[in-house]
Amino acid sequence: MTYPRTNPAVAAGAVERHLRARRDVGRGLLMPYVTGGITPGWTDYLRAFAAAGADAIEVGLPFSDPTLDGVTIQQASDAALARGASTRRILADLSELSGLPDLGVPLVVSTYYNLVLHDGPEAFCAALRRAGVGGLIVPDLPVHEADELTGVAEGAGIELVLLASPATPQPRLAEISARSRGFVYAVSLMGTTGERAALAASAAELTGRIRRVTDRPVLLGFGISTPDQARGARRHADGVVVGAAVMRRVLDGAGPDDLRAFLAPLRQALDQECDRPR
Amino acid sequence: MTSTDETIITPADLAGGGVGGDDPDVRGKFGIFGGRYVPEALIPALDEVAAEYEKAKTDLDFVREFDHLLRTYAGRPTTLTEVPRFAEHAGGARILLKREDLTHTGAHKINNVLGQALLTRRLGKRRVIAETGAGQHGVATATAAALMGLECVIYMGAVDCERQALNVARMKLLGATVVPVTNGSQTLKDAINEAFRDWVTNVEHTHYLFGTVAGPHPFPEIVRDFARIIGVEARRQVRELIGRLPDAVCAAVGGGSNAIGLFHAFIPDEGVRLYGYEAGGRGAETGEHALTLTQGSVGVLHGARTYVLQDDEGQTIESHSISAGLDYPGVGPEHAWLKDSGRATYEGVTDEEAMEAFALLARTEGIIPAIESSHALAGALRLGRELGPDAVILVNLSGRGDKDMGTAMKYFNL
Repeated sequence: MTYPRTNPAVAAGAVERHLRARRDVGRGLLMPYVTGGITPGWTDYLRAFAAAGADAIEVGLPFSDPTLDGVTIQQASDAALARGASTRRILADLSELSGLPDLGVPLVVSTYYNLVLHDGPEAFCAALRRAGVGGLIVPDLPVHEADELTGVAEGAGIELVLLASPATPQPRLAEISARSRGFVYAVSLMGTTGERAALAASAAELTGRIRRVTDRPVLLGFGISTPDQARGARRHADGVVVGAAVMRRVLDGAGPDDLRAFLAPLRQALDQECDRPR
Repeated sequence: MTSTDETIITPADLAGGGVGGDDPDVRGKFGIFGGRYVPEALIPALDEVAAEYEKAKTDLDFVREFDHLLRTYAGRPTTLTEVPRFAEHAGGARILLKREDLTHTGAHKINNVLGQALLTRRLGKRRVIAETGAGQHGVATATAAALMGLECVIYMGAVDCERQALNVARMKLLGATVVPVTNGSQTLKDAINEAFRDWVTNVEHTHYLFGTVAGPHPFPEIVRDFARIIGVEARRQVRELIGRLPDAVCAAVGGGSNAIGLFHAFIPDEGVRLYGYEAGGRGAETGEHALTLTQGSVGVLHGARTYVLQDDEGQTIESHSISAGLDYPGVGPEHAWLKDSGRATYEGVTDEEAMEAFALLARTEGIIPAIESSHALAGALRLGRELGPDAVILVNLSGRGDKDMGTAMKYFNL
């Protein structure tokens, strides 16, 4: 079937075009996450992600008060900050890679709104652009607070990704899906980031509701860490975000090759034919 | 003095007393401050709380029940006490104390928790969570939860648990579960982070009984309205006592609920100056303080745009104060707005100044104040010397000092 277009007048940005192109050939999308500045050579993780078949990469800018994060990402943020990580240094590291051209994969930065506001949305988005970043996720910026950032981001060529939650009512979900750029980030459950034993039941219902109002790519995040969960997520969503499972390994000393090995079965699971109710 | 069976609060008192113009807009903004910078998952819950509160505050049954609890349980109205021997140290200005220390549980926090516990019941939720710094809001929440049969979990920084061990024991005795928070600076800000994490997970059956006028909309408005009775009573009491309004009104500011509670009824009174005293800790120059409004910059913390203590990279700076209740690197958005509009003045009071005022009030008047409130007392001493002997200064004695005896024993070698 064909999806109803949310707003055909809006041309998709580079991140969304990239994800749509891959989705439209039937590929399940994989977006691994790394906390920027977590180790001295942390950008090697990005190369490993790209080599493992990532379709986009999420880079977290660590914040001192990560209220939506569970214990793993909290520890990763604290560790990165203790090493002296900062927005400036992380973006400087990224600019040496320059995103898509080098990695072949779009970069999406995620951080809390205080760091966006600190230098002002204009300067922040311009700095992202200079560093080769294509997308931005701000988990504590709900759609009705996003006005001051959406226009600025669009002007700077940054795709501002909005998040949807299982508690979001349908009319609001339509607004989020319409105003999101790049993809829609579907938060699979009511809770914080972190590994879970099973994919939340709320994931299927939420992605189904998002699909009714948009044909943008939908990535499911929070609590997805195993090939089984990725396979389950793929039945409903276009792909998955894997964060805490990666960072727990990084905190335990995993190197780029270890992460490549960890991501391989997830990649395979996403590549398998799925009986998804399209 | 109001007799115990006379109504002390009306829907008008709760709804801002017809003050008008100083309520947040529909998105919860006080000018550029406030709003809702929270995960999407919490928006429906905040909408639900806001909608229920809008109904409750004009519902005569709700207001009557709140009024009844304030009178028969919290011990309102609280009295006004003039402290002439203390005021001798303030250049002879008259100083009047609003005695929130005499409420049940010993601090102004009881006003807000009783209102929100009633609201929790209306929301049909059976569990409350709360953050606490000094432990006063935790004790008050545990108290209200016990009174209304609600399950209660309190998040408290591990450092604060140690500083305020007695309050931890109180909460446990009242049936609450106290969760020590060991991440970050292990103080109030981290307790709030942890409470938000709980709420986003359990929001379906849990109300976050927020303890101060910070956080996302509608908390700054709800907590203010439930604390507003402090100023409503005090304004009337000062008039009865001296035949006019005070020249200045003083309160300590951490998150800012006792201050907004006292200030709010006086905002339309242009002749009344409003002074908030933040914790200066070891001094502004040391960097070890909680001078959010006077030294901080605009940012977003715990769901609201407001003044925040942050470093050059936008990371929250850990605050310092001898008083756990003021040890917070953010502040309520309405205070940020009152500061920028010039309606209120905010200054710092160091640990040392606060502890001097703490001891002075004890020795001159036989009242042991909370160290939080002692910041307002120290501010009043300074203000009295500036304003001169004709001035009348109203101070919010927001809590009693029993909980601070451990700190006092160490500080004064008692």
